[in-house]
This record gives sequence, C-alpha cells and structure tokens, in this order.
Amino acid sequence: MSDPENITEETETKPIVEKQEDLPKFEKDQSDKITAKFGSKTEIAFVKPDRIKVNVKKEDILDVASFIRDELNYDHAESVTGVDFPADKEIEVVYHLGSYTDPQLSRQVLSLATRAPREDNPNPGNDSTILPSLRDIFYSVEFHERECFEMLGVFFEGHPDNRRLLLPEDWADLPPLRKDFAIKGR
Amino acid sequence: MLKDLITPQNANAFVGKLGDILVKAIDQPLEYAINWGRLWSLWPVHIETACCSVEFGAASSPRYDVERFGIIEAFGSLRQCDLVVVQGTITRKMAPRLRLVYDQMPEPKYVIAMGACAITGGLYFDSYNVLPGIDGVLPVDVYVPGCPPRPETLIQGCMLLQEKIKRMKAR
Amino acid sequence: MTARLPPGLQLEKVDERIMTLNVGPQHPGSGHMRLIIQVDGDRIVSCDPDPGYVHRGEEKMAEYRNYITNIPHLERPVIHDSCNILYPYCLGVEELLGLEVSERAKYVRVIASELNRFTYTLYWLAIYGIFLGHSTMFMWPAGDRELAIDLLEKLTGARVTHSYFVPGGVRNDLPANFEDVCLRQINYLEKRLKTYADIFYDNPILIARTEKTGVLSREDAIRLGTTGTVLRASGVDYDVRVKEPYDVYDELDVHTNVLKNGDSYDRSKTPWLDMLESCNIIRQALEKMPKSGSVRVKLKPNPKGGNDEVYKRVESGRGSLGAYIVSRSKPEPYRVKLSVGSFRNLICMPYLLKGEKLGNMPAVYWSLNYWPVEADR
Repeated sequence: MSDPENITEETETKPIVEKQEDLPKFEKDQSDKITAKFGSKTEIAFVKPDRIKVNVKKEDILDVASFIRDELNYDHAESVTGVDFPADKEIEVVYHLGSYTDPQLSRQVLSLATRAPREDNPNPGNDSTILPSLRDIFYSVEFHERECFEMLGVFFEGHPDNRRLLLPEDWADLPPLRKDFAIKGR
Repeated sequence: MLKDLITPQNANAFVGKLGDILVKAIDQPLEYAINWGRLWSLWPVHIETACCSVEFGAASSPRYDVERFGIIEAFGSLRQCDLVVVQGTITRKMAPRLRLVYDQMPEPKYVIAMGACAITGGLYFDSYNVLPGIDGVLPVDVYVPGCPPRPETLIQGCMLLQEKIKRMKAR
Repeated sequence: MTARLPPGLQLEKVDERIMTLNVGPQHPGSGHMRLIIQVDGDRIVSCDPDPGYVHRGEEKMAEYRNYITNIPHLERPVIHDSCNILYPYCLGVEELLGLEVSERAKYVRVIASELNRFTYTLYWLAIYGIFLGHSTMFMWPAGDRELAIDLLEKLTGARVTHSYFVPGGVRNDLPANFEDVCLRQINYLEKRLKTYADIFYDNPILIARTEKTGVLSREDAIRLGTTGTVLRASGVDYDVRVKEPYDVYDELDVHTNVLKNGDSYDRSKTPWLDMLESCNIIRQALEKMPKSGSVRVKLKPNPKGGNDEVYKRVESGRGSLGAYIVSRSKPEPYRVKLSVGSFRNLICMPYLLKGEKLGNMPAVYWSLNYWPVEADR
C-alpha cells in the first residue's frame, strides 16, 4: 500500500495492486484464464469483488478483446473513458465490459485498459496518439469512441467515422479533457 | 350651410381639429385594444434547453395552468409564435441557432430569460461551452431568476411582461 | 466549388431523388438534439444524430470542485431524477473514503430513488402525449406527477434538484408523519396509473401508430449495448436492482417487467409497468424501515480519497447509470465519468430509423427514452 508521506506534488499514476492471499475466488478464476492465455502481455491491475481490471499494451488489445468476447462471454461495452496522465506522458483509455447473456457474469464489470502516448502539442488525427478501435469486436463502442476522440484527441484506427460529436463545429482549441486545458478563471 | 362654415381660409384648421377629436376618440382605445389582444394570447416557442424546461412543463400542468393566461404549450411552427422563453443554458453550439429562431418570428416579439443560466450563465459560469447569459444574442424583456424558478415565479414573470406590453406603443 | 469552406461545413454530392432534412435543434418536441435525415419520398434512407447542443462540460468542471461541492453540479443533467443520478456517485465516493451508511439511511435512499422514478417517467409520458398529439395524455401525467413532487418537497425541501444524497447517507431525516402521507398518496397514485390503460395503452389509435414500428430484436439489443426499458422491451431480463443489488434492494422483492416484441408500443409500456412496480417497492420499504437511527455521517472538511478507482452502477429511469471515479489523494476527484443510459441508447437511433416512414419518426424517437441534456452532460 502506498505511504501518504511519499506522495509528491506530481500525482502517482498506477493504482494499488492487491495482496495475493485474500482475493475473491470467481474473479480470480477469470483473471487467471486471461493470464494463462496471454502471459506477460497483460497485467492484472486489481481483482475486487465484481470488478477486475486488466492492463494491456495497444498492440495486443485486439487479441485480448476477442478472447474476452469469445471465451469469457462478455458481450457489450458499458462505457469508454479516457483519462489523461501528463506526468506519465500517456493517455489511458478504459473499456468497461459487461455481459447480458451469461447469468454468472451479470454482476461483473471487467475494465480493459490500454495506454497511448501523449504529445504536448496535439494534432488530433495526425499525431502519435493512435489506438486500434474495438468497434468490430464490440459494436456498442461506436459513439463512445467518437466522444473520446474529440475530448482527448485519441485517434481510433479502424473506426469508420472519427468525427466530433458533442463539441461545437468550430472548436479549434485543445481537446477539453486534457489537463493542460484550463477553465477560465481557475 | 356647411359650405358657409368651411371656407377655404379655415378648412385647414377645421380638418386639424377634426383630426384631434378623432385621435382622442379612437386612437387611444384602439391602442389599448391592440395591446389587450396581444398580452392575453402570448404563444411561446419551444426552446426547451435543459433543466428549466421541466418547470415550464410543470407550469402548463393542471395545477399551475399557465393556459388561463393565454400561453398555450404545444406548437408546431414558430412563425405563428410571439414569445421566446429561453429556458436554461445556451451553449456556444446553440447560440447561432437561437438567433436564427428569433429572426424567423414575425413582429411583435418578446423575450423572457428564464433561470440563472440564461441570465448570467448561472452554475456554469466557468464552463468552456456555455454563454454567460443571452444578453449578447437576444434583446431580453423580462428576467426570471431561480435555479430552476418555481412555476409560480414563471407566471409572475409572464404577468410582468403583460404589464410591460400594456405600456408599449401598439403600431 | 474550389472556394475554402468555413470550418464545420462539408461539401457533398446530392442525388436528385434524396432530400436532406433537419429535425433541427429547435423542434416542437423536447430538448435540443438534431437529426440529419435523408428521405426518399416518404421513407428515411439514413439518419445521422447530432447531439451536443446542451453540452455544458460537467466532467471537466467536476475536476475543479471537491467531492461535496460536486453534488449540485452532478445532479443537473436530469433535474427531476436527481436522486438517481447522484446515487452511483455517492456510492462510489463512500467506497473511496471508506464510509459506513446506516440502515435507516439506506431505506430512505431507496424511497427517494423510487419517488424520483415517478417524476421522471410521468414527465416522459406527458411529452410522449404531446409528440403523438394526445393532449389528455399530457395533462393527466403532468397533474399526477405533482403528487410525487409534493412528497419529495416534504422530504427534501425542493421540487426538483433535491441535492438530497450526500456521501454517507442523506441530508436530513424524514419529517414527522411522513409514512402515513406517503402511503396514502402512493395508493391514490396507483389507482390513477391504472386508468392510463383506458386512454392510452388500449387506445386503438396509439396501437396502430406504434405497433410494429422501430422493431429492435433481442440479439441487436444485446449487441448494441442498450440499457434500461429499451432492453427490457426487447426480451432481455436485466435490471441492475435485481442483478447487482445496491443498498437494501437485496431485502426487497423486485419484479422485472420484460416484454417480447421490441417495438415502440412495448417500449412505451415498459416504463408504466415499472412505475406500478415502484409503488410496491415503496410500500415494502416503508414497512421494513428501522424506526430510528441516524441518517448522516459526520465528515471531516475536505475529505481526500486514496490512490484508487471505482465503478458503481444504479438503475435509473433511463437505464443503468454508472459512475467511474478516479482519485489521486486530493480533495478533488481526478476524473469523474458518468456513463448514462441516454448516451448508450443513442446508437439505436440511426439503426432503427433507417427504412421507417417519416410519420413514424416521433413515435420511435421518443420511445427510446432519450433525454438530451443527460446524453450531452
């Protein structure tokens, strides 16, 4: 567990990993299946009752997502969230996956997280912040990925329609949810 | 006999005096009648933006019944309406469309700004996408404060607008 | 044609037969949302939703306010269902700060949450009446809704935007004699709700206008990731109150209403059946509630979360509403994301409207239970 006195001005970025002895059993089985198949390409961030988090690199995310859909029976994505970590120079995109068809998984929400490199002067669509789109695997992420693109500048490769959704048409500033976009007066 | 009364010399004065009598007899009551017709049938456009639209809908419900003031809720075309009640936050994406809606309405038209967000930006004064009040876009007649204002407050705002219309020039 | 276009405009080649229409941001329905529709005669060929006219930047502003001052902000997306949209946020913050909620507070929360389901669904039904031109269906729900608003005003002090839930419980206890008044009004409300079948659900004109339009099959509903009454009208039995019970829903008996056809008629009937179910839930909760106890936890000023993240879900009027909170040892949250039912169901709109007649569009559009302010946050 991290020590309160050791936290510096720049916020820490990786969440805490649980101790191995007292993890809940069903969730541990699920995460073990993933590590059995993919080994060191994935990292299990935490295993809590009803919630598992898996960190993947962006090159492997399509394989891991297909495995989760086919073998573990997760069938839709509840939401796609982008979180900006300027200290790490990375942007993390978290997919929350759920299942409607499998009765054992009706309480579980699996968080699949991946990171993309972040540039200080973003040019959304034309710089190195690119991630593969999961739309062919989970169709329900279509509008969520569009919103993530315009709010954080992450370009999703393979998405048929990377346009803006919520912001005004003439928005020419930084993507708003980045930490260096400051609200006026604060 | 009339020909003896109206000579070419005093015809102007006679017509002028007749005009004065007619103005006093007809024009003021006519203006009063036109304004009376306008203020008892204000038809609002649907600009149901955000939160305050819920209280505007509640004002049309049977308990508060704004329809007894002539303000009818459900409308198809905005070319038949004469009141714009801006209910809630106007964002930068919506502002040009709001002006377009206002320009499409025929004269005379009135504007009520309802809610704190329409007056000064309200709770969202520091957001990146919200206009700090609609004063820059539309000429506002009555401001109704509240977040959201109760239906009774909105009805008081409409009655203040009616007082204002009574004092306006009709033509 | 070689002139430079202003930003946001695009040039496209048009077909002589197909016309592009704007169901514009200002329309005689409710809420600011634009649908760019292309029609061929009377049939809709394609539909492109354009939300964002009420995007106020809630998630960005939540990072500048601490956990307690965020409460009036985060309840504004749906002000008449404000308890339900604060619910997952409060559950998440309680887990981050490690707070214990008392039993009585949990029952009071359940009662307030179910009363909010009435105010939201009755307003939605009233606007559905206007969309279809049925003005009695506007007046009856709008009037009956005032009964539920009266109860909430006695409980919380405000008609809408209650700001009632805080991390650790609720703001204040029930007023004196609240249980009797609540029971009487809920019984009367239930009788009134059953009369809606005569004017609306058994009305042959409504049945002719909404049956077999906008049919969403069961597989499509799962694949598109829909939620709430849209999902339950297509034959999938999923309700967060039953599948992942929060607070005291595991001690109450909740019955899920599932209809099979997936057309607009079923989607308009499921919320009404859910409201009748809410009456039973409130009666059970009033019976089982502990008679005394505190309802609020004393917090230190500026509480800080640890280095953690949490995702909690709740069933609201539109569907499953989730809050994803990331905290990094500061009084303000690092990131707050609300995963709302309206935004998740938005993907059904282009999918269902393709091939429909233009006259069926209002019935399909509003039956998807889409609240524009919530989807834009």
